[in-house]
Order: sequence, then structure tokens, then C-alpha cells
Amino acid sequence: MDAMITVQDLTKYYGLTQAISRLTFEVGKGEIVGFLGPNGAGKTTTLKILAGFMPPTSGKSFINGYDCLTDSLAVRRSLGYLPETAPLYTELTVSQFLRFAARAKGVEAKRAPAEVDRVIESCGLVEVRHSLISSLSKGFRQRVGLAQALIHNPPLLILDEPTIGLDPAQIVDIRKLIKDLSGDHTVVLSSHILPEVSQLCQRVIIINKGQIIASDAPENLSRQLGHGSRQKLEVRGPTSEVMAALKNLPGVKEVIHQGETTFLVESGDDLELRPEIARLVVARGWDLLAMQTQEFTLEEVFLNLVTEEEA
Amino acid sequence: MSGVSAVLRKELTIYFATPIFYFMGFFFLLIQGFLFFFIYFNYFQTASFQVSQNPQLAAMLDPYQVVFRSFFEDLGFIFLLLTPILTMRLLAEEKRSGTSELIFTYPLPDWAVILGKFLAALVVLATFLLFTLCYPIIFAFLTKMDWGQIASGYVGVLLLGGACLALGLFASSLTQNQIIAAITAFALLLLFWLIGAQQDVGSAPAAFLSAISLREHLPNLAKGVIDTKDLLFYLCFTYFFLFLTKRQLESRRWRV
Repeated sequence: MDAMITVQDLTKYYGLTQAISRLTFEVGKGEIVGFLGPNGAGKTTTLKILAGFMPPTSGKSFINGYDCLTDSLAVRRSLGYLPETAPLYTELTVSQFLRFAARAKGVEAKRAPAEVDRVIESCGLVEVRHSLISSLSKGFRQRVGLAQALIHNPPLLILDEPTIGLDPAQIVDIRKLIKDLSGDHTVVLSSHILPEVSQLCQRVIIINKGQIIASDAPENLSRQLGHGSRQKLEVRGPTSEVMAALKNLPGVKEVIHQGETTFLVESGDDLELRPEIARLVVARGWDLLAMQTQEFTLEEVFLNLVTEEEA
Repeated sequence: MSGVSAVLRKELTIYFATPIFYFMGFFFLLIQGFLFFFIYFNYFQTASFQVSQNPQLAAMLDPYQVVFRSFFEDLGFIFLLLTPILTMRLLAEEKRSGTSELIFTYPLPDWAVILGKFLAALVVLATFLLFTLCYPIIFAFLTKMDWGQIASGYVGVLLLGGACLALGLFASSLTQNQIIAAITAFALLLLFWLIGAQQDVGSAPAAFLSAISLREHLPNLAKGVIDTKDLLFYLCFTYFFLFLTKRQLESRRWRV
């Protein structure tokens, strides 16, 4: 797979404060990658550097094969960028602003109206196309921000916190929009909302204090970094006996009784426990009602990683 | 070039969509109208009345020299007050509202952004000046006009206006506060206006200061004398401050 973004040893200082430190990663063409991290971890800084807004203190970054420092214009032509909080020219109407964005991004004058119509359609802005941006709600502004990023149909989209400050229905809308784009665009987005990233992204890069502390698919992250797996069982039988028997199985770290017939079994390593549990329950003559592997949520992974770092 | 026209169009749309353009235009034309009819025109009337007894003197009374010369020279001073208000928004507001993150991540070279914004302000200033054309037109009904002198005067004030706008744009690039941008521009313009007015004319430093003064280059053009020295001065002044603006924008790439 060709790389859309290649980043090597990217470092950025604001004065004496280090914002990011020797970041190295690649993003392949067509991938959707999420940047995840607590506030102040360096997500926005990284995206600003990639978008060509400011240079790194040291290190190199390439987008679509162009060097972000020396070929800045070519890089900026191949990406659409939605800055954090979606700043817009509030004195203009939606269609005036999008027309400016199209022309500024080099869309020919003849094609510009068609492109404006296309993004207005795809971002659901038809009803507000002649409204002043200053009169729009946060949700619409966010969509206008997304629309201007898409206007020249760039191969790469960089979205900084695309769903921040939206209500739940709008979040679902924007997520769907981003998901629809995923076919022919590479998308890099940042967020501190974990479920969002795990739903949208094929790969997650977790940053804390300016360093990458994990980079993998959301499922793999929860499995590997959650340290082991977890089974949710429903067993009908005497509670204390069931608890004791489960605890005695090799590899089991902890058994939690969740009420009624539900038990949570945590195993130490990436161990396959299910056959053992099934045999045990059948041998004792209890009823096995349900068994389900539960993955650690990204929240848990995230907290684990961040606290491990600090420890 | 399409980048310049995109920025120019956007800036003009914002100028015409915000009240600042209409307020400035209103007060500019009000002051111009007052000056024209109550000062220059009155003076001309009095002068013509006085010379009406003497046909030789009357032949020498040139309406252009009496009326329009002071009209153009005073316009220069009004520009000192007007142009900082027109330019203060241009770059400062982009920084304050965060839209600089948009415009500087669009594939526009810095010079296209600067030129687009500068030209937009110049178009606004030229629109104001266009309205003042009514004075020479009214005069043409009363007396014989020398349109060449009028053209020279307009070239002069437009070039002076361009120089003021370039300086204002530079001031706007220094800060994200519009008020500070306006004050900086106003102070610098006043300095460049007064710098040539010292007493000891003749000494080398005084001659130099007077040569870089914005005011010293207008009287010739207002008189109807087009001297390349004056044209070049205003063009260089404009270029110099646009160049400083570009350097200032570039500094965000290396400043922490």
C-alpha cells in the first residue's frame, strides 16, 4: 500500500515547551486513521504541521509524496483541512464562502459553481446555502467547515475534532458523512472521544504528552493492550459454587458476579477459555445460558496506557 | 492569478457586506462636500468677485490652481485618517477569528493573499474617489476645465492612498487586534506625513527626511506636474510595505 502521509521524527517546540516529540508514523492511501489523546497531547499541533499551517522544529513529513516544507503548495493542493472549532468567514453567506474556497483552491471558474453545489448537497447545506454564516448553528458551521475541506475533492482530509460541540444527532450525521467519504479519500481525524474513533477508524494512533504510545486497529488495541480477554457468562447454578469453580480454572485472574446468573471471567493472557468453561459447566450439571467474549473498551485501554506512562 | 482574484473578490464582498464601508464612505463624502463648497468654492467666489474689476487679473485666475490644488492636497490628509480604518481588519481579523488557518492552508502563495487584500482596499478607496468626480464635473459647467490637471491630481491621490493602504496592511499583519492595527497605522502614517516638515531645510538629513515624507510628493501632482520622482516614490513606498507584510507573514513559519 502506498503511503499518503509519511512522518519521520517530527518534533515541535513552542518556546521551551515541547508539544510533540519525534513522532514517526505512516498513513496508507484510503485509510481512516484516528488520533486519540487527552487534551494537550499534541494532536492539533501534529495536524497543523501536516496541513502546512506551521513547520515543525525538526523532522520531516511527506504528503502524497511531497515534502511539507519545500513543496508546501503542492501539499496544500492535495489536502482539505478542517481546523479545530471550524473558523469561517462569518460575514459571507455559505455559497459565497464555498465559492471563495473553490477559487482559492484552484478550481476553475467554470467548474466552481458545480463543485459548490456538489458539496452543498453532500454536506446537507441546501436549506442554508444563502444564509449568512454568522447566523448558522454550530452543527451547520461544522458542516460548512467540512464542505470547504471537500470542495476541491482532495485525496486527503485532515479533520481536527470534527464532532466537538455538536449534539448527539449532529454527531451521528457528521460521522455518517465521514464514513461515506472513506471510499476514495484518506481521512485523518483527531478526537478525544473514544467510541467515535473506534467506530470510524481502521487504525488508531494514541498520543500522550507528544509521543505515540500505541498505534493499531481498535480491536487489536483492546485485545492486546487490555491485557487478556474477558468472558461474560450466564450460568444457572448455585452462585458461590459457580464462582469458586470458575476461579479454579487455569489462567483465570478474576471472576466477578454481576447479579442473578451473570458472571464476568477475566483471564490473564490471550488465552482461549471458552471450551474449558463450557466443559466445566456441563460436567457440574449447571445450565449454560450464554457466553460472550467481551473486549476491553478503548476507554479502558486508553486509561491503562496513560496511567502506565505516568507510573 | 486566480488566487489573487479569489481573495480580492472575498475581501470586496466582506467590505460591501459590513457597515464599515458605508460609514466611511458617508463621512468621507460629507467632509469632502463641506470642504469643497464652504472652503475652496467660497474662496474662489470671493477671489473672482475681487478680480472682476480687473480683466487682466481675471484672466490669470485659474479655477484649477485655486480650487482643485487644495482639494487634492487636503485629500492626502484625510487619507491619513481614513486608510487605517479600511485596512485594520484585513489580516488582524483573520488571525483573531482563526480563519488564518484556512487561508494559509489553502494552496495560495502568501503574495496572492497580500495582493488580493491590498487591491480590495484600493478598489474601495477608488470607489470613494469616484464619487468626488462630481466636483470637477459641476465645475465644468461653470468654467473651462483642464482635465489633464484633474487626472494628474487623481493619479497623485490614488498613489498616495495606495501607499497608505500598504502601510496599513503591514500594521494589520503585526497584531490580531484591529484597534492596535489602526493605531499603529495611523501613528506611522502621521510620522511619514510630518517627517518632511522640519525647519532646517538644506542640511543633508533634513533633505533625506523630506524626500521620504508622504506629503512632500503630493503637491507637484496636485499642481498638475507629473514627475517620475514622485510616482516612483509612492510605488516604492507601497512595494516596500507589501514586502514587509510578506516577510511578517513568513515569520510565522520560523517564529515559535
